[in-house]
Amino acid sequence: MSTVRRAVGRRRPPTLAARENRAGLAFVSPTVAVVAAVVLLPVVWTAVLAFQDARLADIQETDLLSGWTLENFRRVFAAPGFWPSLWTTLFYAVGGTAGSILLGLAAALALRRPFRGRGLLRGAMLLPYVAPVVAVAFVWEVALSPQYGVVNEWGARLPGWDAPVPFLSSRSHGVSVLGAQFEVPLALLTVVAFEVWRYFPFAFLFLLARLQAVPRELEEAATVDGAGPAQRLRYVLLPQLMPVIALLAVLRFIMTFNKFDDVYLLTGGGAGTDVVAVRVYDFLTARYDVGAAAAQALVLAAVLMLLLGLYFGFFADRAEDEA
Amino acid sequence: MSARPAAARAGGTAGDAVGGRGGGRARGRSGERTVSVLRRTAIAFFAAVTVLPFLYMLLLSVKPVEQLLADPGGLWPREATWSTYRDVLLPASSGGQGFLRMLGNSALVSLAAVALALLAAVPGAYAVARLRFFGRRRVGVLFLALYLFPATLLAVPLFVIFARLGLQGSLGGLAVVYVAQTVPVSVHMLRNYFATVPRGVEEAAALDGCSRPQTVCRVVLPLAAPSLAATGLYVFVIAWNEFLFALLFLVAEPGKWTVSLGLQQLAGGVEVPKTVLMAGSVVLTVPVVVLFLAAERLLAEGLTSGADRG
Repeated sequence: MSTVRRAVGRRRPPTLAARENRAGLAFVSPTVAVVAAVVLLPVVWTAVLAFQDARLADIQETDLLSGWTLENFRRVFAAPGFWPSLWTTLFYAVGGTAGSILLGLAAALALRRPFRGRGLLRGAMLLPYVAPVVAVAFVWEVALSPQYGVVNEWGARLPGWDAPVPFLSSRSHGVSVLGAQFEVPLALLTVVAFEVWRYFPFAFLFLLARLQAVPRELEEAATVDGAGPAQRLRYVLLPQLMPVIALLAVLRFIMTFNKFDDVYLLTGGGAGTDVVAVRVYDFLTARYDVGAAAAQALVLAAVLMLLLGLYFGFFADRAEDEA
Repeated sequence: MSARPAAARAGGTAGDAVGGRGGGRARGRSGERTVSVLRRTAIAFFAAVTVLPFLYMLLLSVKPVEQLLADPGGLWPREATWSTYRDVLLPASSGGQGFLRMLGNSALVSLAAVALALLAAVPGAYAVARLRFFGRRRVGVLFLALYLFPATLLAVPLFVIFARLGLQGSLGGLAVVYVAQTVPVSVHMLRNYFATVPRGVEEAAALDGCSRPQTVCRVVLPLAAPSLAATGLYVFVIAWNEFLFALLFLVAEPGKWTVSLGLQQLAGGVEVPKTVLMAGSVVLTVPVVVLFLAAERLLAEGLTSGADRG
């Protein structure tokens, strides 16, 4: 039976599968070519540049395959503030990721059931995410300004808010809570808050879609069994949402870890918000030190890979434990 | 009718089980009330944090700057002025900030990026969605993996290449960069949609004598119009909002600034009043938001009209 079919298939020249294979390769090659030219090639070149002594001025003379050196990495690691900047980046990425997912979860839970104006609010909630970063960063900058910002003007009416607070230019700010004094990295917290505000709609979209796919019977059954709202959230909804939350955590962490615009626009990387992406930019434009910029970008990518490796390793272990 | 007593009984036993801390049912009801209050508070909170910053932007953009400096807390302008918009839009030769020209630059770059990205993404997406070829799955994974490549890794070599080719300060070069940033996701978006186009339609076209490219152009693409629009919108928004590469490539040439870059460059100085720049922010934000809202409706219509066509 099968031999007959195979024989028939072979007799028709060229087979349907072979033709489809050829068509597939023909269709996919332009896209792959574009991607190779504008994405893969530059990334490979970054790796090469990181090991060469390259300044923008003499880049014309350097050829691709000579002058290998580790000097760039030495410069990157020895530059003042390298390690603090890595910690700042980590704090920024973890804070931004966790905050935006938590806020997105709260929003998705709140907008789950229909109410009047829900469609409108749903649309409005996406505004921070789709609006141009330069425009919203400028609005935050003006609103938070100690001279003419609305936040300080209104905040001054609250007890304990005596002097205007320089949200974006204060490396550490004394705060007293119930008589205890704390120093908080105010500018860093502010850029994290901005990140959370801008990206919680992203988490909200994903989580709302998943929430609406949870079968009603699950929650009804839990209610019948006497579960309160908190228990339903903890034991019914969260397990359903966990895969989406894990995916969001990875996506948002990668994006926030490499973030440049938001921080650069709000603080220029000053006041303790010197994330690594801003350092890459500084190496590149302030000193035209292409080699060091490439090395710094590569170090950032390597740290990210390492963290993702740890994350996936951890989850693989947990999955095995549960199995 | 019958569910209620059952719930009460179940709630009662649960309450007893934890040591008889009050009736389970009463506790449940107060819990529901707390949730309802929490939900309302949350809705009000989210409405406030998303809408108020944009309202602030709008209000400041029509406020005379003296009012802002005299009374930063008073949001409602006592008299609205439109001169801020005139100031920000007019070319520098007429005493303005030249945003009209920057809007043109932004539109040019973004539309070019949309056209190029779709041109580059459609064949690949179709192949990955529909055709069984050697390496299909690997190519699909490759496109997704590229999405995760950080822009900082691209920035350095592109900066160097453009400096070398003399493309620094060229809007065309910038459009190419935006294609690089959006093709992976575009392939992904389109491929999901192409996979839903019924095979039968394509087979019918093939029987009628259409070649594969003809089938794609005449049958698949018209059916996939909503997803083309969605993907195009995605590329447009990314390109319109982008800042890092515009800064790297165009900063030395004010005549070619995009709106994002222009706004950032002017915001750094003290010469231009903040209210005028707020008008600039509105001008920068409105096209994206309008497109986004319009597209939401277009997408819904496109999907339903596709449904009854079979």
